[in-house]
Amino acid sequence: MELSMNQQGAAYLVSAVLFIFALKGLTHPATARRGNLFGMLGMAIALAATLLGTQVQDYLLIIIAGTIGAVIGIVVALRIQMTQMPQLVAALHSFVGMAAVLVAIGTFINRAQAGTLDALLMGELSAGVVIGAITFTGSVIAFAKLQGIMSGAPIKFGGQHLLNAAIAAVTVLLAVEFALTGDVWALVLMTLLAFALGGTLIIPIGGADMPVIISMLNSYSGWAAAATGFTLHNDLLIIVGALVGFSGAILSYIMCRAMNRSIINVVFGGFGTDSSGGDSAGAVAAEKGVKSASVEDAVYWMEDAGKVIIVPGYGMAVAQAQHALKEMMELLEARDVEVKFAIHPVAGRMPGHMNVLLAEADIPYDHVLEMDEINPEFNGADVALVVGANDVVNPAAKEDTSSPIYGMPILEAGRANQVYFLKRSMRPGYSGVDNLLFYQDNTSLIFGDAKDTIEGIVAALKGGGH
Amino acid sequence: MSESLTALYVFVLACFIGYYVVWGVTPSLHTPLVALTNAISGIVLVGALLVTGLDEAGWLASGMGFLAVLLASINVFGGFLVTHRMLSMFKKKK
Repeated sequence: MELSMNQQGAAYLVSAVLFIFALKGLTHPATARRGNLFGMLGMAIALAATLLGTQVQDYLLIIIAGTIGAVIGIVVALRIQMTQMPQLVAALHSFVGMAAVLVAIGTFINRAQAGTLDALLMGELSAGVVIGAITFTGSVIAFAKLQGIMSGAPIKFGGQHLLNAAIAAVTVLLAVEFALTGDVWALVLMTLLAFALGGTLIIPIGGADMPVIISMLNSYSGWAAAATGFTLHNDLLIIVGALVGFSGAILSYIMCRAMNRSIINVVFGGFGTDSSGGDSAGAVAAEKGVKSASVEDAVYWMEDAGKVIIVPGYGMAVAQAQHALKEMMELLEARDVEVKFAIHPVAGRMPGHMNVLLAEADIPYDHVLEMDEINPEFNGADVALVVGANDVVNPAAKEDTSSPIYGMPILEAGRANQVYFLKRSMRPGYSGVDNLLFYQDNTSLIFGDAKDTIEGIVAALKGGGH
Repeated sequence: MSESLTALYVFVLACFIGYYVVWGVTPSLHTPLVALTNAISGIVLVGALLVTGLDEAGWLASGMGFLAVLLASINVFGGFLVTHRMLSMFKKKK
């Protein structure tokens, strides 16, 4: 069976509609899985229609490459741990970027051979190459930072922005030159420069701005697909690329808004540090006038509490404390304590990172609330337990106009009767700003690994019973 | 209207659809959203198939197409499966 161009186009339309339903499904956890199935169906239809079309005639290489890719994808997807999601996503973004570059250059070679090149096509092709290449190296750098291969600290040097601007300008000039003359060397040089630009754009951005970076690269991978669609005159790629591109752009916007920073500030800011100094926690704590508390103190306040609100942050992910938290939640609930989780939009290393980890630990999603929903509840809470979060609960964001994080919306943990911080050391959050909440009368710090501390609380709750 | 202009129409309208659909996504599902959009941006696989499957494609173009099919397949299969795994974990209280 071979599909005509019109039959193929009709199939692509069905597939595009299914992709829209797929995204729509993610409006609510109850419909999300169905959404994902729509996405799979859309993809299956699109691929079948392409393979059965008139343009694809040689199947051998496709079968080999597709099988290898499918096996790798399936194995990785089954084995990956939820804490490693940010790295996986970064890696997958890089693949889309590289595929877009390869498709654009491959199309150029095929069309050059057939003698059907024109300036418009070469312009579109340049867009695909450039966006794809930036997505690729940008994602590789993001992956290296997340995986710890590279330091998460921003890498900055004098004239950095000028250098980026210069590379970008030369890349655009080469693209124009290539579109007008079809000079292969312009294409090669442009591609190499775009690869370099992807790296130099991402290195100045700090590890804790990762939620924005992941969203931005997500967006780029969409635009790369759309540019490929323009090159191939394929409306399905254009539609899907636009959907993904906008999805990533909206996420970037939401993340920036949650930090009260503009996207320009994030991209060019080089905000924050990843320093690991500043230990000897107890001594520093005493000097600064903060109270440190023991596990028993926290248990004492929590076991008879009416309501406990837990604020997880990246530290929870690092310590893998989510499963222990689930056990603690159950023990507290058995004592008629209401337990809720408060999630700040930029907690963790990617959008929604905390929600996935809590879901992995089997914590029901109706216990997990977003910032706007939970903030009014801190007033009536007996205990706020901050697990590996810092800046997102810092009242300096509201009170100290000179603070770099001033204006950032925060979780109002300080309004609870008792605040317990689980911390490894006194070092400040990524913004490098001291946390005013530490010095509040109702705040105590429990030093140690978050997982060990929670397990200590669990043991005390099991053994205790006053 | 030229073919490229039609493509531009499609692109702009699709941007609007993306804008309105994605604003509805609940923040708790932002990670699955990134994973799902990642899987569907594996749609570049369609482009890769077209480059590789061309009968007259030379070795260089075929090689590039081969690599593109491989990478994009990782995205499609890995992306949808990991999204499915994540979404299966989101449960209500029993």
